[in-house]
Amino acid sequence: MALTEDNNQRRPTRAPLTDQVWPFLRTTLLTLGSIAVTLLGLLFITFVIGRVMPIDPVLAIVGERASQETYDTVYLQLGLDKPLMVQFFYYLWDVLHLDFGTSLLNARPVSEDIARVFPATLELATIGIIFGVVLGVPLGVLAAVRKGSWIDQIARVVALVGYSMPIFWLGLMGLLVFYGILGWVGGPGRVGIFYVDVVPSVTGLILVDSLLDGNWDVFKDAFSHIILPASLLGYYSLAYVSRMTRSFMLEQLSAEYITTARVKGMSEWDVVWKHAFKNIRVQLITVIALSYANLLEGSVLTEIIFSWPGIGSYITTALLSADMNAVLGGTVVVGLIFILLNIFSDLLYKVFDPRAK
Amino acid sequence: MMSTLLDVQNLWVRFPTRNGVFDAVRGVSFTLGRERLGIVGESGSGKSMTGRAILRLIRPPGIVEADQISLEGQDLMKLSEKDMRAVRGQRISMVMQDPKFSLNPVMTIGDQIIEAYRLHNSASKADAYNKSLEMLEAVSIRDAERVMRAYPHEMSGGMGQRIMIAMMLIPNPEILIADEPTSALDVSVQRQVLDIMDKLVKERGMGLIFISHDLNLVADFCDRVLIMYSGRIVEVCDADKLHEAKHPYTRGLLNSLPRLDAPRDRLEVLERDPEWSEAPSVSGSE
Repeated sequence: MALTEDNNQRRPTRAPLTDQVWPFLRTTLLTLGSIAVTLLGLLFITFVIGRVMPIDPVLAIVGERASQETYDTVYLQLGLDKPLMVQFFYYLWDVLHLDFGTSLLNARPVSEDIARVFPATLELATIGIIFGVVLGVPLGVLAAVRKGSWIDQIARVVALVGYSMPIFWLGLMGLLVFYGILGWVGGPGRVGIFYVDVVPSVTGLILVDSLLDGNWDVFKDAFSHIILPASLLGYYSLAYVSRMTRSFMLEQLSAEYITTARVKGMSEWDVVWKHAFKNIRVQLITVIALSYANLLEGSVLTEIIFSWPGIGSYITTALLSADMNAVLGGTVVVGLIFILLNIFSDLLYKVFDPRAK
Repeated sequence: MMSTLLDVQNLWVRFPTRNGVFDAVRGVSFTLGRERLGIVGESGSGKSMTGRAILRLIRPPGIVEADQISLEGQDLMKLSEKDMRAVRGQRISMVMQDPKFSLNPVMTIGDQIIEAYRLHNSASKADAYNKSLEMLEAVSIRDAERVMRAYPHEMSGGMGQRIMIAMMLIPNPEILIADEPTSALDVSVQRQVLDIMDKLVKERGMGLIFISHDLNLVADFCDRVLIMYSGRIVEVCDADKLHEAKHPYTRGLLNSLPRLDAPRDRLEVLERDPEWSEAPSVSGSE
């Protein structure tokens, strides 16, 4: 009898399944709700800004020499006679159907344009952030562990240069040296002229599409084109990520639980990576997510210098030619990315920090 | 004469600052047998630094110097950092003040205890797990299985400190340094934690260095007491004779304590004599 009791005691107790599912469902619903509300607010603000801009959408379509009749017809077609709120609900309805209207510049649906330019930025930003994180985090950790040493000084200078060099200068110099003189990398554009539209566009990411197609030549060419602009963008996030990593690590390394780990007889490497680093993951995720979001917004200068057909240069061109549908569409997409990345990092918090549960 | 576990001779801890070198510990000597040795003193007297210096945990730019810190005849000052790691945890361990800060907040308690054990014992995970459960039960933690899965923030202060004790004793060290182990705890659980620590230390025949600023606690709990002032030992006495201490600093500390059995309107204020910090350190060797 005593034996069975003991067995019962030792068995780990689990909560019933419903108790585990319900909180999860609740969190998911709450998250989706907050996405919806944030997105609605974002749409409303961009819509209002689009409407109060001193740009006449009718004139932009019909041109200045159109007759009054044509003007009035288009005015009615666009629904501009209706109250602003009603117009907003029409817009909302369209956006929910992924219809951002027609671009005034090329008369194509804005959604198609975005589906074309966004993958270009996504590809660039992703490789950039990987570069920045893979080099920036270890550099920051090392600078914190060897605070005041020559490694720390070098990390400081690297970051300072990253912060202070204008990208158009670095970009042009990079092109001059690595493309113009050394010929190590491809020039401006996503692929060389002979490889344009060679592989079918499935994801819009040329690196992925060429792999799916099994076309190594296109992959190599695309890689040699993306490596320079991606490293440049990566360098900027490296500067930020490494500085933040360093200060997060310094804070943790002076914590008492680090002394505990040393008292246990742990090696310094394990103290740093198994104990201190585990505690900066949450903060680091925020920094990386913000950095990634910034890159995904499209860095206009980089895209222009490298003739990269990304979302940054798309929105800028649209803005300069008063193509408000395109501007609104682009803004909504960028806003959506910020929201999604924020939610993603919130989810990761819960994975990495038991106190956030 | 007890067998000597630890023999510290002429220990200095120095910190270079902009205004010259600051000496936190100035030529302290003492020995430790299988006994409970108290170190008392006010904040900044160098008592914690002494404890950490024994484990060679003073980080650069801090400097530790000593004629010897010998652990059963082996001079720790001469060990490489790698050999020193084998001493830490396995032969000398330390419990710190506040379990809220001394446990890693993002690791389960189980993982932290198992880690402490496996650093010095090549045991399988399952063995280490069972050993950790036993150890938690030894520090009177009920429902040890649940505690193993829990995180430090889910524990109370008293439980946290018992977990620390379990974690620090699991590799079976010969010496435990307890650095103000009960200062952060509620008075109601202080005694309980001390009793558990005392029981384990006695059972295992360990040496205990008990660092505290609480004179009454030390008088009750320890066998022998070193009184430190500005980095030096000013007096050494048996704990039960602490109230007969002669040094004016110790007397001053004792007189500035409120007592229930002898109420006074106004407690004495400690008058400091600059000579105290200049006088040579008293040896705490047996």
